[in-house]
Amino acid sequence: MGVLGLQGGVAEHVRLLESLGAGTRLVKRPEDLTGLDALVLPGGESSTIDRLTRLFGLREPLLEAIGSGLPVLGTCAGLILLAAEIEDPAPGQRSLGVLDVAVARNAFGSQVASAEATLAWGGEEADAVRAAFIRAPAVTRVGHGVEVLARHEERVVAVRSGSTLGISFHPELTGEPSVHAELLGMVG
Amino acid sequence: MTETLTSDRTLTGSPLVKRGLADMLKGGVIMDVVTPEQARIAEDAGAVAVMALERVPADIRAQGGVARMSDPDLIDGIVEAVSIPVMAKARIGHFVEAQVLQALKVDYIDESEVLSPADYVNHIDKQKFTVPFVCGATNLGEALRRIAEGAAMIRSKGEAGTGDVSEATKHIRTIRGEIAQIQAAYAADPDSLYVKAKELAAPYDIVLEVARTGKLPVVLFTAGGVATPADAAMMMQLGADGVFVGSGIFKSGNPSQRAAAIVKATAYYDDPAAVADASRGLGEAMVGINVGDLPAPHRLSERGW
Repeated sequence: MGVLGLQGGVAEHVRLLESLGAGTRLVKRPEDLTGLDALVLPGGESSTIDRLTRLFGLREPLLEAIGSGLPVLGTCAGLILLAAEIEDPAPGQRSLGVLDVAVARNAFGSQVASAEATLAWGGEEADAVRAAFIRAPAVTRVGHGVEVLARHEERVVAVRSGSTLGISFHPELTGEPSVHAELLGMVG
Repeated sequence: MTETLTSDRTLTGSPLVKRGLADMLKGGVIMDVVTPEQARIAEDAGAVAVMALERVPADIRAQGGVARMSDPDLIDGIVEAVSIPVMAKARIGHFVEAQVLQALKVDYIDESEVLSPADYVNHIDKQKFTVPFVCGATNLGEALRRIAEGAAMIRSKGEAGTGDVSEATKHIRTIRGEIAQIQAAYAADPDSLYVKAKELAAPYDIVLEVARTGKLPVVLFTAGGVATPADAAMMMQLGADGVFVGSGIFKSGNPSQRAAAIVKATAYYDDPAAVADASRGLGEAMVGINVGDLPAPHRLSERGW
């Protein structure tokens, strides 16, 4: 399992994946993507992570890997990186555009609105997952073939399209294993 | 109240949420800015957050006088200008400045020795706030006392506004060294930790947590005197989770390029070729002052206890 290790809440994903029995590798260079079974794009500052992926030649290799079907989970900034469209980008900020959704950054407000919350995960027989929203984004448009997995305060906060999962929140901060278990389940 | 629980079990202001934002800043650079234009330059260069203030530490040092919280108009202007988190400084112990900054919806408050202390006995009771706080520390005991008061992030102090990294080096080495010492003491004899807690003048429970995990319970950044990409990379190699750069960027010859270079060197701190690349052609660094030339009353790192 790869975890994009440029900036942000990287160690928390590594710890959660390892607690589920997965081996992990930090991805900082294009060659680190070779031979991975799945990839996590962590939370952090989305404009910084975008800038660093381009600075170190990771943008094209990431597009290629995800395009060829590598299962991927993007949390918070990672969701923004996956999205087709960012409503309110920082100047010059780009996304990979591999998930057909639009996102709004900081959709719930500044840090004083950041919160822990319990939400229903995975449709009809929903499990309750406990997660943290930290200056979280929300999905504002859902494209064709994109499934909505969870909502919070009536906004879409988790989506899936094929083997690409994007969520607004941080299960890795609360130690909530359901989402990462779903990613591991996608590994063929 | 710090934590607010609503009917659907949504909880704001919890320690997890406060510390969580600091977790998202790891591996990044937080830059001091004094205008919306500087804030945009910092964001464009890849800063993970900006610190909004009226004067950078080098100017506070040069101009002297009492340094206070910034004008709310200035902070609002910077909050409006960028989409990354905005931090702002309150004086040590000045809980009303902190209330004002929380009302302005800044994302983090720095209870900072760079400003003139408002209380020489008490720090702010940070547990009472929904907004998270970062506090400075020169050693482990000081860091743990701040965490006990509710700090959700620690920065080693260094000596702000000098461009001399030696104090930053001393403080991060001291904190990391003391963590290793209590870990070893706990492994050798768990009972000895009570005395260690007394020596550190910090609550036993937090000392125990540090002894068990080998790290602070919150994110640890480094600050004070970082002026070059190599300075930032050294702080990261010494175990910092990220760096604050105060005067070092906007007191240099080419702020935009230097800011981007420090971001790059912080992310690739363990790759000397990348740090070398980041260090090329940056023009003049801030001139700086050697800490040894500063008379003791002008050393900001000695404020706070």
